[in-house]
Amino acid sequence: MISCEKASLICNKSQYRDASLWEKISLRFHLLMCKTCAQFTKKNTKFTELCNQANLEGLLEKEKAQMKKQLQDSQK
Amino acid sequence: MAALKFVDGSENLKIVKTNSTTFDKQNKKMTAHKLHPDSWVDSYADYLFNYAVGRVSDTEIAKDLVQETFFAGLKSAKNFKGDAAERTWLVAILKRKIIDHYRKINSKKGKAEVKMSYSASSDSEGDWLEEQVADPFSSFENSTIENEELGLAIHDCISKLPKKQALVFKMKTIQGINTEDICNELDINPSNLWVMIHRARTALMGCLNQNWF
Repeated sequence: MISCEKASLICNKSQYRDASLWEKISLRFHLLMCKTCAQFTKKNTKFTELCNQANLEGLLEKEKAQMKKQLQDSQK
Repeated sequence: MAALKFVDGSENLKIVKTNSTTFDKQNKKMTAHKLHPDSWVDSYADYLFNYAVGRVSDTEIAKDLVQETFFAGLKSAKNFKGDAAERTWLVAILKRKIIDHYRKINSKKGKAEVKMSYSASSDSEGDWLEEQVADPFSSFENSTIENEELGLAIHDCISKLPKKQALVFKMKTIQGINTEDICNELDINPSNLWVMIHRARTALMGCLNQNWF
């Protein structure tokens, strides 16, 4: 039996498809026993869905740094 | 209750503040009480970018528009009255920029032929007007609008996170970089990364909770 802490770690990993098969199995097993973690997992999965649904776009740090620089240059 | 006068390199700005007592001393450059251009890129770039991408559907153009918005914001910072929040004000500028963008591309194309057709796909059999009527059961339009709002809401929440958490979350979720590369780039170890991801996700879920779950 894994701890809840471990379970939440695996849950987060599996949101990014980073969890191994064994980890996923042990998480499933834990979720059968632990209501709190089951709830968290459900919510976390929903959040991942929302993120995918929203088509999040972001600028790269590099691009932002460039923007900042240009802005500063223009201020001079 | 003070009349403040700033000397700002090229221009003299005079601001009369009536009811704001708090004044940020680091912001020597700034005019009214809520403009912090130095933090614009960090705080609003992603939000504005998402807003722009939703309207021009091209990341390069969207990026340029955001950049232009910041420039325009700087230029007209002295006209900022402090009625609206900083971001609202920037969004208003961005809206103008988007309109300008469409005007520009339309003036070039304006001379091209104007096609009159009932349907977008001209090869559909017959021009049945029934095909053109909005489908009241279609959830497509609504969900597009909703998704855009959702994206902006998420970005709003991300901007409230601590900087490093926000960075890690964005790298992982938006850019989809794998764990190892992030760890190398930021010089952290994986368990560190997962703790930050966990905190970020929990905070974001709490932030979105009222409206979206």
